[in-house]
Amino acid sequence: MTYYFTRDHEWISVNATIEDAVATVGITDYAQAQLGDIVFVEVPPVGTIVEKGKEAAVVESVKAASDVYAPVSGEVVEANRALEGEPALVNTAPETDGWFFRLRLTNIAELHGLMDGEAYKTYVAGL
Amino acid sequence: MSEPVEDLPLEALPLDGWHRARGARMVPFAGYHMPIQYEGIIAEHLWTRTHAGLFDVSHMGQLLISGDGVDEGLEALLPADIKGLGEGRQRYSLLLNEEGGILDDLMVTRRADGLYVVVNGAVKHDDIGHLREHLADEITINHMEDQALLAVQGPEAVAAVARLAPGVEALFFMQAGAFAIDGVPVWISRSGYTGEDGVEISLPAEAAERIATLLCEQPEVKPIGLGARDSLRLEAGLPLYGHDLSPETTPVSADLGFALSKRRREEGGFPGHARIIAERAAGPALKRVGLFVEGRQPVREGGLVVNVEGEPVGHVTSGGFSPSLQAPIAMAYIPTAAAIVGQEVLLEQRGKRIVATVAAMPFVTHRYHRQGAAK
Repeated sequence: MTYYFTRDHEWISVNATIEDAVATVGITDYAQAQLGDIVFVEVPPVGTIVEKGKEAAVVESVKAASDVYAPVSGEVVEANRALEGEPALVNTAPETDGWFFRLRLTNIAELHGLMDGEAYKTYVAGL
Repeated sequence: MSEPVEDLPLEALPLDGWHRARGARMVPFAGYHMPIQYEGIIAEHLWTRTHAGLFDVSHMGQLLISGDGVDEGLEALLPADIKGLGEGRQRYSLLLNEEGGILDDLMVTRRADGLYVVVNGAVKHDDIGHLREHLADEITINHMEDQALLAVQGPEAVAAVARLAPGVEALFFMQAGAFAIDGVPVWISRSGYTGEDGVEISLPAEAAERIATLLCEQPEVKPIGLGARDSLRLEAGLPLYGHDLSPETTPVSADLGFALSKRRREEGGFPGHARIIAERAAGPALKRVGLFVEGRQPVREGGLVVNVEGEPVGHVTSGGFSPSLQAPIAMAYIPTAAAIVGQEVLLEQRGKRIVATVAAMPFVTHRYHRQGAAK
């Protein structure tokens, strides 16, 4: 698995098979801490075509609703149903069990230019 | 993820450093840096419902209005019975414009040195301008900017505060008096904005850090941020000015008829009296109600109330997730004909339809310490 990070605080983990690349998407620990107690997550249904930079999911904390933008383009092949009953998984395990959805990537090249873990750590430290 | 950005010159309140030292996340609110949360909104909310929370509300405007004819002067601007207000007694009222629209909601208490009025932080300068314009020159308005304001709220609040200010336990809901904490003169009222028993403490700003620390040394008391203050007041069915109340709403449409005292309704002499009495008889077009929202997704301020054709017929003015009920709740203005507990209404938010049911407010029972109330 290779991990990528966006400036909007999403993480993307990609399997190594380039021909059939599937990416898992979630929000980072930094993001969940900023949002506070998460009470609702709306993930796109399987089959949804999402476009890089466009709204893909909604995450609601006690205080406010925030859009989650697709960090890469692709087709949703799996959504994390566990978040329906337990949205707080995003708070307790943002980078593991609190994942949002899985995408079959349509353009591998979109991964270039995203940050790796070290670069993201530096980016967050500067905020 | 998107985040709102505000670029206003912000002022620091007396407890700014105290909040930061306790790990608060600070946000811009009413022109100040204010603590939105410490450990988390849900944990702070539930702590307040079971123990006691300390809220810094020093952004609110504290006014002392005094001089000959002050009762008559204030009665000309709001619908409360001020003349009948005894010393140490507090009342909720509304500053009204000529059309009966709400300019602010406030608390007024009779003290030996005048009428002590607490107004909302976001509109306090407008309120002072309005009062100055309409009150006679002989009447003094002292904006007590050297005073901080702390609220201690929750079922254990009075026991905790009474350890520092003996005698406070004798106050009933909406009563107030002068006390001392650690030798500092303070003004304490048994009131608040959470639906719980508790007090609000007006104190000199230079003693705020010391007294806030003393209060938080009580085992029942933790500091609580604005986030939980909002979810607590929403559960308590209490409106928030600038959201649930505005110049476009009246005491009748806002369902605050209790703020219109009998004598004032009959005698009149406050702004918008004729319209308010007519509206009271005929029923307002729209009325503020509580809503239980189906599912788990909160519907926020700005959400629409729609009819079956999808046309907007009302709007959501506050909404969020209730930590006590573990469900989304809201306040909305809806047509009076639909304002019946149990009535289903349709909401629309970001193009999505959501079903809600009109709920009796408060959503969570008030636990005020009322005089003469059954135990």
